[in-house]
Amino acid sequence: MKQKDTAEILIDCQALWKIFGDRSGAAMSAVTQRGLTKTQVLQEFDCVVGVADASLQVRRGEIFCIMGLSGSGKSTLIRMLNRLIVPSSGRVLVKDRDLAGLNAAELRQMRARHIGMVFQSVALLPHRTVLENAAFGLEVQGLPKPERAKAAEAALRQVGLGDWMQRYPSELSGGMQQRVGLARAIAADPEIILMDEPFSALDPLIRRQLQDEFRQLTKELGKSAVFITHDLEEAIRIGDRIAIMKDGAIIQVGTAEEIVLNPADAYVADFVAGISRLHLVKAHSVMVPVTEFLKGSPGRDIAGLITTRPEADIDELIGLTVRSEDGAIAVAEEGSVVGVVTTRNLLLGVKGTPAAAPDTGIARRA
Amino acid sequence: MTLASLHFSPGALLAPLVDWLNANAHPLFAAISAVCEAVLNAIEAVLLWPPALLLIALVAGATFLAMGLRLAILVALSLGFCLIMGLWKESIETIALVTVAVSLAVSIAFPLGVVASRRKSVEVVLRPILDIMQTVPPWVYLIPVVMIFSLGRVPALIATVVYGIPPMLRLTTLAFKQVPRDLLELGQAIGAPPRDILLKIELPAARPTLLVGLNQCILLSLAMVVLAGLVGSGGLGGEVTRGLSRMEMGLGLRAGLAIVAVAVLLDRLTRGTLQRKRRGAR
Repeated sequence: MKQKDTAEILIDCQALWKIFGDRSGAAMSAVTQRGLTKTQVLQEFDCVVGVADASLQVRRGEIFCIMGLSGSGKSTLIRMLNRLIVPSSGRVLVKDRDLAGLNAAELRQMRARHIGMVFQSVALLPHRTVLENAAFGLEVQGLPKPERAKAAEAALRQVGLGDWMQRYPSELSGGMQQRVGLARAIAADPEIILMDEPFSALDPLIRRQLQDEFRQLTKELGKSAVFITHDLEEAIRIGDRIAIMKDGAIIQVGTAEEIVLNPADAYVADFVAGISRLHLVKAHSVMVPVTEFLKGSPGRDIAGLITTRPEADIDELIGLTVRSEDGAIAVAEEGSVVGVVTTRNLLLGVKGTPAAAPDTGIARRA
Repeated sequence: MTLASLHFSPGALLAPLVDWLNANAHPLFAAISAVCEAVLNAIEAVLLWPPALLLIALVAGATFLAMGLRLAILVALSLGFCLIMGLWKESIETIALVTVAVSLAVSIAFPLGVVASRRKSVEVVLRPILDIMQTVPPWVYLIPVVMIFSLGRVPALIATVVYGIPPMLRLTTLAFKQVPRDLLELGQAIGAPPRDILLKIELPAARPTLLVGLNQCILLSLAMVVLAGLVGSGGLGGEVTRGLSRMEMGLGLRAGLAIVAVAVLLDRLTRGTLQRKRRGAR
């Protein structure tokens, strides 16, 4: 986690707003001057606030998920990252360049070279073969045919479609079509891939498979991705960090663990209520410091406990606890014990209450 | 005030304009005339140069290679029918006139249609003009055209172009509006230049509807070319007019049936292209 925070920022959104409607300009200035709410903007200007004051940073090598229900503005937000939609206010910096400052040709270059995109509707050209579709981005960049065919073939092999290159999109299943969309995006070798609900239309089994493959592939290739989804479980499976959107605003950003353990408000808490903690919550979140543990049971021999890593998840901790004699597991980092997980801590963790603040969970429920 | 004083006659406004054009822009119209005549003559000369049977064999052969046996037989039958009706030369003249008229109509209607699909304001301005072009009886606008270009093939050509533009333009606009939004978004997202978006995304997606427009344009042009026999277009239309004015049932019927044959020929050929491409896209 610490390393991630120092990695280069590839996308930097600063206070992005998007207001749709004929009088969006006037509405925008009213919002900045008078701080109108979404409903007031609708009443006064007949304009819809798509995205409200969204700021986020995406770092190199990171998969950043934006989770929200339909109408939460997530599709609008992702389209402002490559300027398919022009923000009403705010700035988008991609690789330290302000997209608003680029002319048409520079913007095309930026999209072609640095920002790939995959669509929910896949958007394959029906009259072209799979190979030609995967090579399409390179074709419009003006790459000679042999070169683009080579890059597209490599990309198709990476997504497991090596045997389907001469087929037409209509001959492929939905999952395979979406793989072609992904291959098209990575064939141009961009640093950033924008994924607009790519797997939402697929059936659950295929979706899971593609989620795992996508995560693995992105990490292998060292790409950064912004991944839009309406499914929190998908966001947790795929994302290094997750932003939760509601009514156009980002209400919480954090790792899956942070969000599950410390939901920012009742809306997020509702969302994470049904999420299994088994693989999300890690030892470092449920352990208590050694001194506190010794206060509770003085004279215990810390060195005699089974030890594990701070990243061990609850599932693993349960396994260890079952094998241990006294129900306490030492958590060690670089050779020294940093904390202890007792059975009580573990159960609280499964329930979704962080060990450090045992009261907050109860208070929130009340 | 009487009703008579409200009487409005647009012709009274237009007639001086036509007169003025005739007097002052004559060299321009003469040049247009000369170019049209030259192109028509060239096409007719090429098509009439080989013996009729050889040409039929060539066209049928090419159709067979491009679109299969059934269409080839149909082409051979319809052209052969024109030949045995004794109207070979007239049929070729009509086909030449339709070809030139359709090329002109498409080259005007296509770009306008594309612009109209992108700019609502253009579409709003064009729509009533197209309505007028399609509903005013063609004879009416033959009058000023004849006044300017005199009788012959050129006024027939121009009237036909005017008649052929609306269907092509409307269907071009429709075709481009029907291009799926996600494909357009794709083009932008991958940084495609506008030319590539037009040629590689929009045109292929719009193609089926564009071909329907072309088909309509061709058939309506054929109908108009026949009508324009009245102003001396020659060809099959001329024969129909001659049959009518002399009350010769036989001549009128032969020319009429030959027109049907030409219509079937042109219609099936354009539809054949459409269906072949659809299969290709599968």
